[in-house]
Formats: sequence, structure tokens, C-alpha cells
Amino acid sequence: MLNIKDLHASVDGKQILRGLNLEVKSGEVHAIMGPNGSGKSTLAQVLAGRDSFHVDGGSVDWDGKDLLALPAEERAREGLFLAFQYPVEIPGVSNAYFLKAAVNAVRRHRQLPELDAMDFLKRVKAEMKAVGMREEFLYRSVNEGFSGGEKKRNEVLQMALLEPKLAVLDETDSGLDIDALRIVADGVNRLRSPDRSMIVITHYQRLLDYIVPDKVHVLSGGRIVHSGGPELALELEQRGYAWIADAAKAGGDSQTAVGAPGGGAAR
Amino acid sequence: MSDIDTWLATFRTHAASLSGAGLPWLGAIRQRAIERFADEGWPTNRIERYRHTSLAFLAQQRFAVAQGTSQATAPARAVIAQLRADGEAGHWLVFVDGAFAPALSEVGALPAGAQVGSLSDALARWPERVEAAFGSADAGDSPAALNAALATEGAFVRLAPGVAVEAPIHLVFVATSPDVACHPRNLVVAEAGAQATLVEHYLAPPGGPAGAASLTNTVTRIDAGPDARIAHLKLQQEAETAIHLASIDVVQARGAAFDSHSLSFGARLARNDIVTRFDGEGCETLLNGLFHVDGRRHADHHTRIEHLKPRGTSREFYRGILDGAARGVFAGRIIVAKGAMRTDAEQRTDNLLLSAQAEADARPELEIYADDVKCAHGATVGQIDEASLFYLRSRGLDEAHARNLLTYAFAAEALARIGLAPLRRRAASAIRARLPGGELLEELS
Repeated sequence: MLNIKDLHASVDGKQILRGLNLEVKSGEVHAIMGPNGSGKSTLAQVLAGRDSFHVDGGSVDWDGKDLLALPAEERAREGLFLAFQYPVEIPGVSNAYFLKAAVNAVRRHRQLPELDAMDFLKRVKAEMKAVGMREEFLYRSVNEGFSGGEKKRNEVLQMALLEPKLAVLDETDSGLDIDALRIVADGVNRLRSPDRSMIVITHYQRLLDYIVPDKVHVLSGGRIVHSGGPELALELEQRGYAWIADAAKAGGDSQTAVGAPGGGAAR
Repeated sequence: MSDIDTWLATFRTHAASLSGAGLPWLGAIRQRAIERFADEGWPTNRIERYRHTSLAFLAQQRFAVAQGTSQATAPARAVIAQLRADGEAGHWLVFVDGAFAPALSEVGALPAGAQVGSLSDALARWPERVEAAFGSADAGDSPAALNAALATEGAFVRLAPGVAVEAPIHLVFVATSPDVACHPRNLVVAEAGAQATLVEHYLAPPGGPAGAASLTNTVTRIDAGPDARIAHLKLQQEAETAIHLASIDVVQARGAAFDSHSLSFGARLARNDIVTRFDGEGCETLLNGLFHVDGRRHADHHTRIEHLKPRGTSREFYRGILDGAARGVFAGRIIVAKGAMRTDAEQRTDNLLLSAQAEADARPELEIYADDVKCAHGATVGQIDEASLFYLRSRGLDEAHARNLLTYAFAAEALARIGLAPLRRRAASAIRARLPGGELLEELS
């Protein structure tokens, strides 16, 4: 489904990703963990197509398509969704307009009839109920004045409406209390399906109590240095990240030894 | 013959046929005003306030005297039909090329104590009331003096104490002829506790009058009595060849509230001078402005708020959207006089540049001579926010749609301050009509 090979990327001339390899199959949920500054958010932004993140090398194959060749909006229409770590506030644009424009941009691309106002409202209200958002959030400006939890719910709402094939959740748990975390995780779990893959980026193991991944990867220094099953998250919680980084250094730079997903040395 | 001589000749030829020609007080003002204009000429960039907007080029232009027609010509009729398409309630006064057009106007029913009509009619019927409101030859800059000398039409609105006019009073000025100069003068007197909303529209038929520029040189004077509440909206939507000079001069008595919303799409040159003076304690004002200029259009707002008495509150927000090789100027002066204690003034101006050739000049000027005052100001000039653009694109909106949406959102903040919903909708649809891809934004209100 998604195959990232030797991906290098930089921001403002600073190298962040340094040869990242990752393969995610259809229906799988992969967690990417790692210390601050390891490149987690850069990976998310590069996958979503942000222009200010420069790809210096490598490839990303997505169902036979060259993902990196597509502009951000094409990726979204093809079914890639990024849940932002910091959702952007857009004063002056109502959430309802924004959501409808997004849904219909994707539907047009998939050659489905656009939703009219009535159908859209019916659909969006049902989804809002599921993520515990009150209807008033439809008529407020996009994310403006939303609390951290409300912004994240709005991201999950968008994900539900856009029905992506690949969802990337960038630190969706950050800044959430336990109740909000549970609601967001429930929203994500409802969307798990055999034809939808997810990459869940998180700094803490906490989220993975609620969204149980198929695979866990450790990102450090711009590449995947270790991979394992869900139990790896618990180990990271107990032991921190330092031992992995040390082990990776001790094991040398061989990508095949430490970089292949699911085949880490610690298994 | 210099252009000044031309204007003097115009004055001599037409003085006898201007409205109120037999009135000695008016004759004296007009004479003094034309002399002042002859003396000062058009303001050039040697004057600080005209540094970015010199009117020196007007000395090279010759304008015909508006042979205004009170007949409802087809282009004017079409403009009015479009303007009134939504059937919004209101009192309508229409002026075509400077002349009052009764056939296109519809004042409708007014509460007792409210007078809404043309200046010429008021001069004929209540010259003493007009005299009290007309203003002196020395008010404003030299274009305002030229207006005082040559003004023959405009609106006269008088509200007796406590009278509230619910529906907006629309003053519509349509320019259908090229090379013509008009000098509308609108006089508004609101006695104690009176309330009204006035809307000035400056319009041209689609495509504008063919050929060279027309000159609109307008003056609006508003006298807001104690506790009066006046809202004023100005929608300037003229042709790219037009020259538009406007002076809005307001005096507020104790407790009076005045809101101004100026929406400008520029012209070859559009200059707005908005001045309000707090002559009593506890006055409030909101000066809200939005301009969108593209191509080679130029829009300039100069505002001045004079806090002369204690406990006045002023809020001023100007937003500019600049595209192409357009230029936008905002200069906002706030004066807090000695003794104007507990003044609360806030001013913000934000500009959005959509092209590298566009230019924005933003100049806040605070002059504070009192203690115990709260004054804040800020100015920004920026581009479309990259993070917002990416957020929208990451949801499938194409880049052009996302840009237009963010541009409209920038404008929407100014539109949201317009209190009356029908006027807000009118302003919103006017700005959408100017934005590329505006039809995609139709559902935004």
C-alpha cells in the first residue's frame, strides 16, 4: 500500500529525515514513536505534501503511484489524510463551509455526486455526534477559539468525513486529557478497516493503550532504528529511547539490519 | 488657460444656475470657496497628507460640468434594478451624473419628524436648515472647497429629536458619462437621540462610462446630536478610470455614537478623508474599513478621530487587500486633546498583499495631550499564511480555491463588524464579486 524507501528530507536547509524506510500494508495500523526532534512530524508533513519541507532523495510508492510527485490537494483527494498536531485556525471561514468544500473536493475526484446542503448536514451531524462535538461547532470559524481537545475532535471528524485510504495522525494525543484522548481514540478505532491504513505518530505510549497498533517503529535521527509489535511501546515507556539509539549506533548504519519494518534486532 | 482658470470660468458660468443661487449666505460661501480653491489648487505630494496620493495630475484634466439628467436612462435604470434586486427595505435617493433622479428614487414612508430628500429641494423649502448644516468654505482640503463652490445636489437628511428611521437610507450616485465632474454634497442632521443608517453607493454601469475619467468629488457632513446613533456605510465601486474624492466630516455631541464602514474597490484614484470630532463627553465611534484594489487601482483612506472631551471611545479597524500593481494607503490619526481624560482608543490596520508588485502604506499617528488615557495601535502588512494554505490543500481544496477562501476570510473580519445583516450581505457579495473564484465562495455569508 505505502512503501517508503530511503527517504531524505530537509527543512530550511537542515536535514531531518536521513534514509527512512517504512512499509505499511492495507488495513494495518503502524505506530511511530521517537524522541523529540527525531523527525516524526517531518515525516507526516512530507507525506502530506507540504512545500516548505524539501525532499532530498528516496521514494514513496503509494498503490503504484509516486506519492511525492502529487501536490498536497491531489494526495488528499486520492485518499491521504493528515490529522495535524497543531490544527490551523482560520478566522472568517465557517467550519461547515470548510468541511463541505473538503468533502465535495474529494467526492468530485472520486466521481461521486457532490453532497448538497441537506445531505451534507445530515452526514456531518451524525459524524459530529460520534466524536462528541456539538452542532454549534459547525457555525464557528475553523478551529478558532477551539480548545486543544476540540481541535483534535475536529480533525477526527474530518477524517471520518473524508474516508481516507491512508490516515497519518501526528501526535493526535498531545495536549489531551484522558477523556478527550478516549473519545479521539474511539473515533480512530471506528475508522479502522481492512482497506484503510493508519500511521499513528506519538511521543507517548499512552495513546497506544487505546489504539492498539499492528506494528511499532522507533524513529531516531531521521530513520527507523527499531521495529516491533505492540509490546515494543510498553518497553519504550519503561526504558525510554536512549537504549534504542545506543543500540542503533552500536549496530552500525546498516539499513537492512535495523531499518526494515517489523524486523528489528530486539525482536 | 490653466486648470484653475477653467474651474473659475466654470464657476462664473454656472454660479447663477446652481441650486440655492438666490441665497446670499450660500453665494458668499461659494465665492469664498472658489477663491480658496483657486488659491490652493489641487493638493500635491508636497503636502504630507498627500504624499502617497498626489492630485497634481488633475491639473492636466478637463472635466465637463455634469449635465445631470433627471431622466431614468437605461444604464442607470439597470444599475438601480440590480442594486434593489433583493427587495431590501429602504429609502432610496438616486442621483445620475450629479442630478437627482426622482423616477429612480423611492423615499417611501418615513416616521414623523424625518426629512429625506434632495439638497436642491431642501434649499428651496428650508434654506435656513440647510444653512445650519452646509458647512464653511474653509472646512477640509481644497477639493472640499471646490465641492462647496460647485455642489448643486446631494441628499438632505434631518431627523427631529428622538426620531428613529429603521430601514437604511440609501444614497446612490451613478456615473454614466465620461469626462464629467460631479460634486455631491450630503448633509445629515440628527437631533438628540435620533437614529438612522445611511448608505452611500458610488457606482458605474458594468464596464463603466466609456472613455476617459470621470471625477466624483463628494462631501458628506454629519451632525450627530446628543445621544444620537448614526451608522454610515460607503460602498465605492466605480470604474478603473474613475477619480473619486470623498470627504466625510462628522461632529458628535455628548453621548453620540457614530459608526463608519468604508468599503472601497479603488479607482484610478480613490481618496477618502474621514474625520470625526467628539464635541461632548462619552462619545463612541467605530471606523471600520475594507479596501480591495487590483490592476493599477489606488485607494487611500485618511482618517482622523479627535477626542476633544473626556470618556470617549474609538475603535478603528482598516483592512486592505492588494493585488496586481495596486496601491493602498491608510493613515489614521488619533488626537487626544488636553483634558480628554479616560479616552479609550484602539486602532488596527492589516494589509494582505497578493502580488509582489502591490504596495501598502500604513501609517498610524497618535497625538496624545492628556493623561489617564488608553490608546493602542498596530499595523501589519503580510501575505497569505502558508500554514493555513497548506491546511486547506491537505483537505483537497485546490490552491486557487484555498487562496481565495483565505483572502475572503481576511475581508470577512471587516464585514462582520457591519451590524445590519442585509448591508453586511450586500458588502460581502460586493467583495466576492471582486475576488477571483468568488462564485465558489457564494455559500459563505
